[in-house]
Amino acid sequence: MSTPLSASVEVGATTARPRLASGFWRRALRHRSFVTGGTLSLMVLCAALLSLVWTPWSAYEIDVASKLRPPSAAHWLGTDVLGRDIVSLLLVGARSTIMVGIIAVGIGLTFGVCLGLIAAARKGWTEEIIMRMSDFTFAFPAVLSAIMLAAVFGPGMVTSIVAIGIFQIPTLVRLTRGSANAIWAREFVLAARACGKGGFRITIEHVLPNVLPILIVQATIQFALAILAEAALSYLGLGTQPPQPSWGRMLNDAQTLLFQSPMLAVYPGAAIAIAVLGLNLFGDGLRDLLDPRLARER
Amino acid sequence: MTVSANAPLIEVSDLGVRLNTSRGPAQAVRGVSFSLRRGETLGLVGESGCGKSVTALALMGLLPDSAVISGSIRLDGSELVGLPDAHYCKLRGNRISMIFQEPMTALNPMHTIGRQVAEPLRRHTNCSAGEARKQAIALLDRVGLPDAAKRVDAYPHQFSGGQRQRVTIAMALACQPDVLIADEPTTALDVTIQGQILDLIADIVAERGMSMILISHDLGVIAENVQRMMVMYGGTVVESGATEAVFTRMGHPYTQGLFRARPRLGARKGTRLKTIAGTVPELADLPSGCTFADRCAIVEDRCRVAPPAAVDVGAGHGVRCLRTDVSMAEAVGVLGA
Repeated sequence: MSTPLSASVEVGATTARPRLASGFWRRALRHRSFVTGGTLSLMVLCAALLSLVWTPWSAYEIDVASKLRPPSAAHWLGTDVLGRDIVSLLLVGARSTIMVGIIAVGIGLTFGVCLGLIAAARKGWTEEIIMRMSDFTFAFPAVLSAIMLAAVFGPGMVTSIVAIGIFQIPTLVRLTRGSANAIWAREFVLAARACGKGGFRITIEHVLPNVLPILIVQATIQFALAILAEAALSYLGLGTQPPQPSWGRMLNDAQTLLFQSPMLAVYPGAAIAIAVLGLNLFGDGLRDLLDPRLARER
Repeated sequence: MTVSANAPLIEVSDLGVRLNTSRGPAQAVRGVSFSLRRGETLGLVGESGCGKSVTALALMGLLPDSAVISGSIRLDGSELVGLPDAHYCKLRGNRISMIFQEPMTALNPMHTIGRQVAEPLRRHTNCSAGEARKQAIALLDRVGLPDAAKRVDAYPHQFSGGQRQRVTIAMALACQPDVLIADEPTTALDVTIQGQILDLIADIVAERGMSMILISHDLGVIAENVQRMMVMYGGTVVESGATEAVFTRMGHPYTQGLFRARPRLGARKGTRLKTIAGTVPELADLPSGCTFADRCAIVEDRCRVAPPAAVDVGAGHGVRCLRTDVSMAEAVGVLGA
């Protein structure tokens, strides 16, 4: 175990930050699950970016004559029931998957974490109102809120993303409030108050950093849930609209052909699994790296 | 800030705190009054649950919102009870600060110690980040943290309990407060470290002319570190006075009991510690008379009627007991035993 001290013996009063940052990356690159997860997530991201400039075939062109082809030199993973190239569909599908995941979890995190932190900091009536409202939202599954939203705004990807995002808020509110309450009860918060800090500063400087590791892990789980929810919504015709491909749609399309060509379900399934696994590992790694107590090299 | 040296810095009169517990409202502190001059040190001693910490938290304005505070707490003549939290925030860490019992949990595990020591400075003074950092290093050096300049960027888990308590002391001292409240600062530490930490606190308090309120359940700690002391029981001050006077004359049966219950060097092997029979009364259900009545050896019927008033048994030495005639006569025997 080589300590970073050797490299920074003469570190003065002002050069602490860069050392900390470079230490972070060195540790990050040695963290197995962080690197694995990062690579997998990066793969999905690259696939999505690649699809913007190049796909082997058009993902929208229907060629019924060459439907359900097995893998070949022309179609690396074969074609689906409408004769579309699977590889192209997967590449383009990565786009909507990432969109849905990031935006829906973003909505959930933004509102969920803010409300949860406010509830924990203010207690009393504010907490009651926030928690009862989140209970209320909790009672509506994503599908139901998507149907309601679709009825108002028309079905589509945006509607489904917003619906999934709303569906994620209460989980994150509860998690944030629960963990934040535990932090508020800790003595260092009392010590921080004894130093003259107000509720806002304590929330930002003491509570949030300490609940962040839990939130990161939960966010990766929520990301997986969002992808699956999008698949379910697409199946009902409320999510991504055809011909726009998405992994969830591909999986659902494959369901009816499970006995004729089971591989059609395997490809998008594997893609979803890689994305979810990658993010989970990435989240785990990030949590370890952000916790100074776990900051040993491994 | 410039008030005449004789005016009390902190004046607490008839302080009462009612907490809402799961077993109903509990009168955790009743009729506590004292004053503290600049540079003076005061000890609060008593068993767990006697209201010492609640008194300290009331001074800091850190009691839960549901607590009902009565009476008055004045700092330099200005009233603190009922002060809005935003105003209180400007005093905490700046004019009054506090050292906590558990150094293991009193520091945020996610921030470096340098940042935590610098924070009160950044908050209460207009100094830059670099300046605050320099001062933090100087403070850490003053509290005896070895290699302060190098370890300022370390995290709390990289320090031992004693070192962490030094860090919390540095945090509390950062803005040169007028009053330092130390709530059992050494209870969670090894005996060998306890002395060092107490000496450190005493040195700094003397060096900066601060006032200190030291809370402890350890009579030895109180005897060595404060000029005046108050013995608390069941939320009330049962005896108060100059430390020496209280220790030599011990007017209250409870003080005598505490004294008898302390372990002693040189006691014969197999000698059992004398304990005070019974348990501390439930704060939610205090007796109408003297709170110590149920455990007192010299209790009389009149003790149970109404809470006894403080009796002066010497200069500035007050005892809340109706039977000082008997207890003080016995006290001599107690000391001899």
